Amino acid sequence: MPDTLTPDRLQPRDALPILFELPYDARPLVVPGRLLLHPAPDLARLVLRGDASALGVAFSLELPTQPCRAVEANGRSALWLGPDEWLLLASPGTLVPTVSVPGAAVVDAGHRQVGLILEGPSAPDVLAAGCPLDLHPTAFPVGMCTRTVFGKAEIVLWRQDNARFHVEVWRSFAAYVHGLLERAAPL
Amino acid sequence: MLLIPCPICGIRPEAEFTYAGEAHIARPAEPASLDDHAWGEFLYARTNPKGDHAERWRHTHGCGRFFNAVRNTHTDRFITSYLAGTARPHGTPSAASPDAPAMRNDTEQWGQA
Ligand SMILES: [Zn+2]
Repeated sequence: MPDTLTPDRLQPRDALPILFELPYDARPLVVPGRLLLHPAPDLARLVLRGDASALGVAFSLELPTQPCRAVEANGRSALWLGPDEWLLLASPGTLVPTVSVPGAAVVDAGHRQVGLILEGPSAPDVLAAGCPLDLHPTAFPVGMCTRTVFGKAEIVLWRQDNARFHVEVWRSFAAYVHGLLERAAPL
Repeated sequence: MLLIPCPICGIRPEAEFTYAGEAHIARPAEPASLDDHAWGEFLYARTNPKGDHAERWRHTHGCGRFFNAVRNTHTDRFITSYLAGTARPHGTPSAASPDAPAMRNDTEQWGQA
């Protein structure tokens, strides 16, 4: 495991302050009783490629091997992205592997993407404005996560609760995705 | 929108996929030993059937993986899909049959998405 993955390396706030500015109007959008759209808290993000059990040991978390499922433990979330690929989310500075994992790839994607939270009974309908997946709870249950598309942008969609979704989007697409969600929000 | 069965993720919308040409075309082991005609055949000659066609797809905006599928080019129905690197399943109709059987990519076969 490269020794560059230290908490200091994962929090270059002083060196690159622009990375901590959200690329869209981050004021929460509130439609009382129906929708709340707001930025996710600041997160550390790692993309893991390799063996599930070895990587799980290194990050003290059992990685999901069932397709399109997320697990949460020890304050960390692991989202299945592909058969040997996961997105790890946690508080900034906390994602440091405990042992090295030969043959695995661990990439810091902390500032490549931003998180958006959609809450409320209208959340599935608002997402459906740009996402072609069936978001009914029987087709997209709580705990399901996947890469997909929203309009013309790629996103990672994770259903944390029946009426709560976490959306990860590359930061250069964030203003577009946020704007489309705003336009789709109920009046 | 066309629904495509990813062998890993289940049935997913067409917008998440990228088409990648005919499947099961092996690159010659010794390209230098081929004459121009044989090399041209490898590069460009495709079966182009009106009927069932084994082809590669990539679930680009999903699991990201390449896989193979048999699709009827006449009806645009997917007959089956299977992991990259595995052989075309026995029992899938050959390219000679004009019409595809009924679509079998229901949730019972593929599981929930
Ligand atoms: Zn897939």
